[in-house]
Amino acid sequence: MSRRWDFLTFYGLGFVVFLYAPVLLLPLFSFNDSIFAIFPLKGFTLSAYQQLADDTKLQGAVWNSIVVGICVALISTTFGLLAAMAVTRYRLPGKGPVVGTIMLPLVIPSIILGVALLVLVRQVFDIELSLWCVGAGHVLLCVPFSMLVLISRLEGFDKNLEEAAQDLGENGWMTFWRVTFPLALPGVISSLLMSFTTSFDEYVLAFFLSGIDQTLPIYLWSMLRFPQRLPITLALGSSILIASTIIVVISEVLRRRGVQSEKPTGL
Amino acid sequence: MAETTVESQGPTPGQEAAARTNIGLLQRLDWVRGYLLMTPTILLMCGLLIAPLASLFLRSFWTQHGFEIDKTFTLHNYWELIAPSDEVTWWSGIPFPLKNPAYAIVIVKSLLISLGATVAVLLIAYPMAYFLAFRVVRHKMLWLIIITIPFWTSYLLRVFAWKIILGYNGVINSGLIWLGVIDKPLEFLLYNPLSVIITLAHAWVAYAILPIYVSLEKIDRSLLEAATDLGDRPWERFLHVTLPLSLPGVIASTLMVFIPTVGDYVTPTLVGGPTGVMVGNTIQTLFGQRNDGPLGAALSAVVMLIVTLLVCLFLWAVGYRKMQKREAAQ
Repeated sequence: MSRRWDFLTFYGLGFVVFLYAPVLLLPLFSFNDSIFAIFPLKGFTLSAYQQLADDTKLQGAVWNSIVVGICVALISTTFGLLAAMAVTRYRLPGKGPVVGTIMLPLVIPSIILGVALLVLVRQVFDIELSLWCVGAGHVLLCVPFSMLVLISRLEGFDKNLEEAAQDLGENGWMTFWRVTFPLALPGVISSLLMSFTTSFDEYVLAFFLSGIDQTLPIYLWSMLRFPQRLPITLALGSSILIASTIIVVISEVLRRRGVQSEKPTGL
Repeated sequence: MAETTVESQGPTPGQEAAARTNIGLLQRLDWVRGYLLMTPTILLMCGLLIAPLASLFLRSFWTQHGFEIDKTFTLHNYWELIAPSDEVTWWSGIPFPLKNPAYAIVIVKSLLISLGATVAVLLIAYPMAYFLAFRVVRHKMLWLIIITIPFWTSYLLRVFAWKIILGYNGVINSGLIWLGVIDKPLEFLLYNPLSVIITLAHAWVAYAILPIYVSLEKIDRSLLEAATDLGDRPWERFLHVTLPLSLPGVIASTLMVFIPTVGDYVTPTLVGGPTGVMVGNTIQTLFGQRNDGPLGAALSAVVMLIVTLLVCLFLWAVGYRKMQKREAAQ
């Protein structure tokens, strides 16, 4: 079909504006010299960013979120890769219900997952709430995502490559490290980055499961409640947006490169 | 290696039978090995998903007395949610003859808000998916990445942006005053069910595009040409060919938006105000301030049950099974 400037093309461009404009207001107003996010804009200022840089409690929260995010990314990608290999390489009886159950966290409201984990942690095992619990909750959310990403990657390349390696005398473990893993690597990196951003941005589970140590979204939430802290909230929000956008772009480029067919499972 | 030699020499019947049992054994071993590989993930999900949900469900049959939990089995919590009463409470023209109508009302309200958001999302997403599938030729990957980015960035911030836009001292109000359209801020923009629907629709629209796009992309273009050749006008062609063939994607999108938004917590809390409260808030209050975990657990179970039933009903109503069979036959 030829490229035409018709209604649909304008709709496409308008849609992108609709999708991005609300979020782009955050950086716009973060440089505005006013405690309200209102038009007309006043002077340009970096004072909110200056305040951010001086906030030690915030730095603690950022650090917590990074540590939890990295652990969650590594753990959920490992479990996701194992499951994705099992699903794509073997004929498993009863695969549907098993995979369906693993995918459940994608459709159960996180508030229900949150209270369920809270009941288990506090009232069944009587463990103190901590960042470990937050991490466990985030692993629960991220394993289905990792698995989906890795399944579509593993389905995308030729299985004969693995069989060839085995015929040439490699054992299972070496086949994995020298053939499967390098081929799956873009998917693995994409899964790591996606799990990291999911964990880094997640609020509801963290709200239920964190103890004294805050993660960044919890800190951000506490700031959202105070209108007088709006400028610094906007500056923090803009910084988070920029950081996660960079991570997401890298992960998306890696994920889509080399996957020939677009599958619905790839989201 | 052994099998290759057997093949090249031409197998005797005995050897062939032995090879077949070997293959049978291998196949059996094959799924055992597959499940061994899967075991860690299954165990992890048992610990993090099944066990918590089971203990939540178990709790819904217990009773909270102050800080003590009475572990005798009772259906009392479920009865609390549906106990009838002679006094009828009306909400939006719907009668609720219940002792505690607040729970039923908040569930119905959540379902309606989610439904509204889902319809809005489909109306916005479908033309965009159509555009991506039929108009975008170059830089397709770039377009796909552009619409996927917001999907992965902070949900909290996307919702907060709408609070800034719709607020009393917000972007729309200050902008309109600045332009001289209005004198004083409009108060109906924020803190009501409509602001929840707008925010949810914007936050979830990116999720809905991809399934629709995939099913549009799969449509055999020769079918469209055939429709044109047989005299269908573009609009008829869309109704007769494109729309029916893209229904699987539309159904997937509907579920992907409707199911999670029913229990959303962040959006109603930030932009809902007192009238925009949804069931996620009620569950949180029951576990928090009200300190009645068992009742909260019962409410969670009921919400999940209702959503599951509605989804089954929906799939049955649109003939999803027939659709799957047709796709398998193609």
